[in-house]
Amino acid sequence: MSERDPAAPRWWAAPRTGGLATLALIIALTPFALANNYFYDVAILVGLNAIVCVGLNLLIGYAGQISLGHAGFFGLGAYGSALLASRYGMPPLAALAATTAAVALVALLVGRPILRLKGHYLAMATLGLGIIISIVLANEDGITGGPDGMPVPPLTVLGWTVQGEQVWYWVIGGCLLLAVWLALNLIESPTGRALRALHTSEVAAEVVGIDSARQKLKVFVISAVFAAIAGGLTAFYSGFITPEKASFMRSVELVTMVVFGGMASTFGAVVGAAVLTILPQALTVVKEYEMVVLGAIMMATMIFFPRGAVPTIGAWLARRSR
Amino acid sequence: MDGQWLQFLASGLTAGSIYALVALGFSIIFNASRVINFAQGEFVMIGGMSAVSLTATGMPMPVAIVGAVLIAGVVGLLLERFAVGRARKADVVTLIIITIGASIFLRGLAQLVWDKRIHALPPLTGDRPIEFFGATILPQSLWVIGVTVAIVAVLFWFFNRTLLGKAMLATSYNRMAAQLVGIEVRTVLFASFGLAAALGAIAGVLIAPITFTSYDTGIMLGLKGFAAAILGGLGSFPGAIVGGLLLGLLESLGAGYVSSAYKDVIAFVIILAVLFVRPDGILGALKSERV
Repeated sequence: MSERDPAAPRWWAAPRTGGLATLALIIALTPFALANNYFYDVAILVGLNAIVCVGLNLLIGYAGQISLGHAGFFGLGAYGSALLASRYGMPPLAALAATTAAVALVALLVGRPILRLKGHYLAMATLGLGIIISIVLANEDGITGGPDGMPVPPLTVLGWTVQGEQVWYWVIGGCLLLAVWLALNLIESPTGRALRALHTSEVAAEVVGIDSARQKLKVFVISAVFAAIAGGLTAFYSGFITPEKASFMRSVELVTMVVFGGMASTFGAVVGAAVLTILPQALTVVKEYEMVVLGAIMMATMIFFPRGAVPTIGAWLARRSR
Repeated sequence: MDGQWLQFLASGLTAGSIYALVALGFSIIFNASRVINFAQGEFVMIGGMSAVSLTATGMPMPVAIVGAVLIAGVVGLLLERFAVGRARKADVVTLIIITIGASIFLRGLAQLVWDKRIHALPPLTGDRPIEFFGATILPQSLWVIGVTVAIVAVLFWFFNRTLLGKAMLATSYNRMAAQLVGIEVRTVLFASFGLAAALGAIAGVLIAPITFTSYDTGIMLGLKGFAAAILGGLGSFPGAIVGGLLLGLLESLGAGYVSSAYKDVIAFVIILAVLFVRPDGILGALKSERV
């Protein structure tokens, strides 16, 4: 067999083996720190946000394409699953699958013209797309229940109903592991290398034969699918959804999680989701200062650690060990 | 019936003028720094809210307006000095998050300094609507449109006739070259935040008597201003004005003839359609990518 490449990290330090094992260990051990159902609830929200962020990071961090509208896909996933399961009596998992397929199709259709845009124009277009979705969800009250939201039936799989925070915790934990595993594999695949190439320079990437439009579209659809699945799961878990879940501020939250954790770092996306999901919960103690503190933290981390938490800490550790 | 389209036209131009002022702020800051300042809408809010507070202390209206514009201007300068100016080498997404963080921070601060209630500012010259060919127009609408026209004229003079204005334009064309001929790029950056904030505050003072003001009015106005700037072509001043007026008219006609609940959807769908045809906005220069 071939010799080990001396530059490659050992198995325990490589993301696809050691990183994934560490994440699995953290997910397995976290319940010891969860004192009651409220803590479980927060942990589940962390997991759901992390799934969206892992997908969004592929788009923003690796392909370098910003989206300020991914809450729209999240909202479509949530409402689609809820409507198919409640109004049309579809089995919840089938509803989730059908919705995800539909969202993938939507992303495919709108992605083609939108991804031709660059930089701030792309930000505007995705923002507009997200706002259009959230306004439609809020206005079609005959179908979606309007701004007040709508109830969602529970998730049943082959007659077994997933209920209770402690059961959901393991379901979401498993989904998160799967999402991270898929993302890590994609990054190591030719697609991942193509994405990094076009992030550096789209023209240079095309010169070496990368169909950049196709690669960007592919990752856009993948990230939309991650968001839609997380949206559907959120709907089934919480049993109630509102258009708030698809709002512009929600899109901003998601992007902030990705950038905070560190762009082009899958585990960074998970850390970002964890910190920025837990932080507002902790800040409810100082209710009236919540926005001021949150805004200040967003600004300060981006000014002092523009590369995000995980890459900054990683670089610091690397310097220490040298 | 004849007056109806005139009515929509008037309300469209009123809202459009406000969007144009906000969009000009976006373009001024973008030209100086390549930053999209998502806190631009908060300047509108600060302008409106400060004017409400200052008039409540018994100050005459003109003094209160000047005070409100100054307060917003100072906030703009502080934002440049302590946040955006410190992260100049960061990439686009990071800068977007910084300015969004700033907007959340300012909104939170406004909640503490003022409150969460909706406030009204008295109109500049009474609120008796004027009858005009079957349309009824608020005097304040005329103020909004008139002041916007005046500001555009002043800006035209500023950018073409004054040293600072020319320095700002030069920096937007080529930062390096501007620096080489001795322009203080730092000062330009600083001034552009102050100017953009002042423009936002004027928009806030003008619109507050019509749509009222509260700590969160900045979100939607900021987004609309950004949309207008993009629609016209980011960084182009004529583009910002055209984009603003067009957005205002689209919304008003969409609300009037199609559906008021979907006026924002109509506006954004058209913006997307325009961008698909012209990816750099209506008056934006088509640029080729540098390798």
